Amino acid sequence: MAELTGAQILIECLLKENVEVVFGLPGGQALPIFDAIHGSKLNFILARHEQAAGHMADGYARSTGKPGVCIVTSGPGATNIVTPLATAYMDSVPLVAFSGQVSTAVIGQDAFQEADITGITRPVTKHNFLVKDVKDLARTIKEAFYIASTGRPGPVLVDIPVDVQRGICELVYPEKVSIRSYKPNYNGHPGQIKKAASIINESKNPVFYIGTGVVVSNAEKEILEISKKADIPVTNTLLAVGAYPHDTNLSLGMLGMHGTYAANKAVQAADVIIAVGARFDDRCTGKVCDFAKAAKIIHVDIDPTAISKVVETDIPVVGDAKKVLEEMSGLVESKKRADWIKKIDAWKAEHPLGYERNDDKLHPQYVIEKISELTKGEAVITTEVGQHQMWSAQYYKAANPRLFVSSGGLGTMGFGFPAAIGAKFGNPTKEVIAVAGDGSFQMNMQEMAIAILNDVNVKVVILNNQYLGNVRQWQEMFYGKRYSHTCLAKRPACPSWCNSPDRSKCPVYVPDFVKWAESYGALGIRVTHKKDVEGAIKKMLEAKNSVVLDVWVEIEENIFPMVPAGKSLDEIITRIGG
Amino acid sequence: MKHTISVLVENKFGVLARISTLFAARGFNIDSLAVGETEDPEVSRMTIVVKGDDSVLEQVTKQLNKLVDVIKVNDYKDVDYVERGLALVKINVKNSTRDALMKTIGIFRTRIIDLAQDSAIVEITGDEDKVNAFIKAVSSFGIKEVCRTGVVALSRGK
Ligand SMILES: Cc1ncc(C[n+]2csc(CCOP(=O)(O)OP(=O)(O)O)c2C)c(N)n1
Repeated sequence: MAELTGAQILIECLLKENVEVVFGLPGGQALPIFDAIHGSKLNFILARHEQAAGHMADGYARSTGKPGVCIVTSGPGATNIVTPLATAYMDSVPLVAFSGQVSTAVIGQDAFQEADITGITRPVTKHNFLVKDVKDLARTIKEAFYIASTGRPGPVLVDIPVDVQRGICELVYPEKVSIRSYKPNYNGHPGQIKKAASIINESKNPVFYIGTGVVVSNAEKEILEISKKADIPVTNTLLAVGAYPHDTNLSLGMLGMHGTYAANKAVQAADVIIAVGARFDDRCTGKVCDFAKAAKIIHVDIDPTAISKVVETDIPVVGDAKKVLEEMSGLVESKKRADWIKKIDAWKAEHPLGYERNDDKLHPQYVIEKISELTKGEAVITTEVGQHQMWSAQYYKAANPRLFVSSGGLGTMGFGFPAAIGAKFGNPTKEVIAVAGDGSFQMNMQEMAIAILNDVNVKVVILNNQYLGNVRQWQEMFYGKRYSHTCLAKRPACPSWCNSPDRSKCPVYVPDFVKWAESYGALGIRVTHKKDVEGAIKKMLEAKNSVVLDVWVEIEENIFPMVPAGKSLDEIITRIGG
Repeated sequence: MKHTISVLVENKFGVLARISTLFAARGFNIDSLAVGETEDPEVSRMTIVVKGDDSVLEQVTKQLNKLVDVIKVNDYKDVDYVERGLALVKINVKNSTRDALMKTIGIFRTRIIDLAQDSAIVEITGDEDKVNAFIKAVSSFGIKEVCRTGVVALSRGK
């Protein structure tokens, strides 16, 4: 067997892992790696910012289920991926990131572009490695992919000093991984599964509360089957949008802060909550001590630390959601729960999701509804963070899981657009649309260059409200309409107290997203009237190249329903003053 | 509530940092920590003493288990176990107090390991209470310096 350099070993290992695409940006301490990439079969995409490269890998991973990969240089290159690693860590996304590092001989001497990146990223990675000897490199890479994609998935960073990249050794890529201290448990305890099933069988008002774990383990069929068989309504987290069909009567929609009225009511009235692959995030539970007080809690999760972390669990089942549900399915009795479903139908009728449909103002929700309708929910939608994200989760009827890609746990603005580019690399035949706020989009919009240069046909729909809208909404509701530093058009000449904005009188908005798009060679379309929305979306979908659709929506629209932070789910507000 | 937790880990660099970060991230102050190789040179044992609420400690134990480098975690809460720590205590010695000091040292069955003109270094091993009691007992002679290790612990039998 021929001897290779560490850098060549890295490339060979990535090819052996069937990595389709790698995102990143080079630098001094990664030069041997980039030299090895040159002329290799590796499909490397040069991002314009490492943060974006990390989110691209993330969007690729969330939309395909395969690990996303990025390569960056040491120091600032490495610190630029801290946010993507943290984003992926919070949402259990399999990422493998490689960083260049200064030579082992000078580590710790504050060498040029040295950063202790394994130290910095320890709390935001599932695991990380500093490879000090080229002989350990291949095995470490194998372990990195294994750790990232098994058990509860997560990001793994491999830091490779430049002398290790240059070091020479024989490539032996292990076929199998065995780490004595890391053995994820996939099979739920049969006794616990039995107990859970019997509690479900005895229950009157059960609710399924499903999260990322259902998507990761592909358990959507099992959820559908059990819920139908036993007449159990299903609510989903933000990250599980699309994991349960929207058009069944058992679908409650999203839970929590901006969840539906019916979902929040049902959870509070439930006698059993069956949480599957969900982690009782505070955005879902509201005030924890008031959460589902009457309910016994069954919690199926592959991560033992998720159990009883927030809400005391009655029946924990540690295991893979799909495996556990397959086994549970035979034990759950088929049953009709007419009274319970009637109650739920009544809540749905009382406060359906909605907005003012009958005026001719351009409401942002309308735009999402139209996108949903025109794509039949079959497009991959990525979002940034803010109001547009919540409207997307509420109004986009994703036909399947992995079609709704959003930063949930960390809430990372600047995520959505690069994630869309990554998702398109993983799903070249699918339509991919980034729904963006005008604030968030400006955090990583430089990546339009990547979309254009690589003929990546991604669509961006900016719900342009001239505000950091989500923060503005909180200021309106909880800070007496004091719009402190949330207006994106504000200039020094503006009144310092501007609480009755009127876009026609506001200063010129910058940038002009249409001209900006055109400067890249993308198609830019601006829409300012409701009647033009549908035509513009059609035109966008027909375009063969990237498009930026700049939609000037109502600037003070709010997301409802809303459970204010720290309040119980019972205190849901369905509109201002109501 | 005081907990003595024993953690078997891969004997690799960075593992101690991983573990201490985990405690720090949850606001736990580590009372004492002792690390050393075990019968298997690839495995180290960390004995960690912390004070904290049971439910929070349960979370920490689970989080420790989740770390890739951690092989096994034992909380000695409901286990019969022995623990020992070591202290070196440098005590003032005067002619007038010498006999009394020797007596105290004898009672605690400790050893003098260094004797100088006006001070002595005494070595004591035992569980935390015994070490505390000794330090208290000799404090009236005037303590110059104390150096204590974290405790190490093993469960009895098995
Ligand atoms: C990186 C980052 N910085 C700050 C925030 C806080 N934040 C949450 S939503 C939001 C406003 C987002 O505005 P925009 O992208 O325009 O979306 P909109 O809410 O108007 O739809 C801000 C600033 C965040 N989530 N992420």
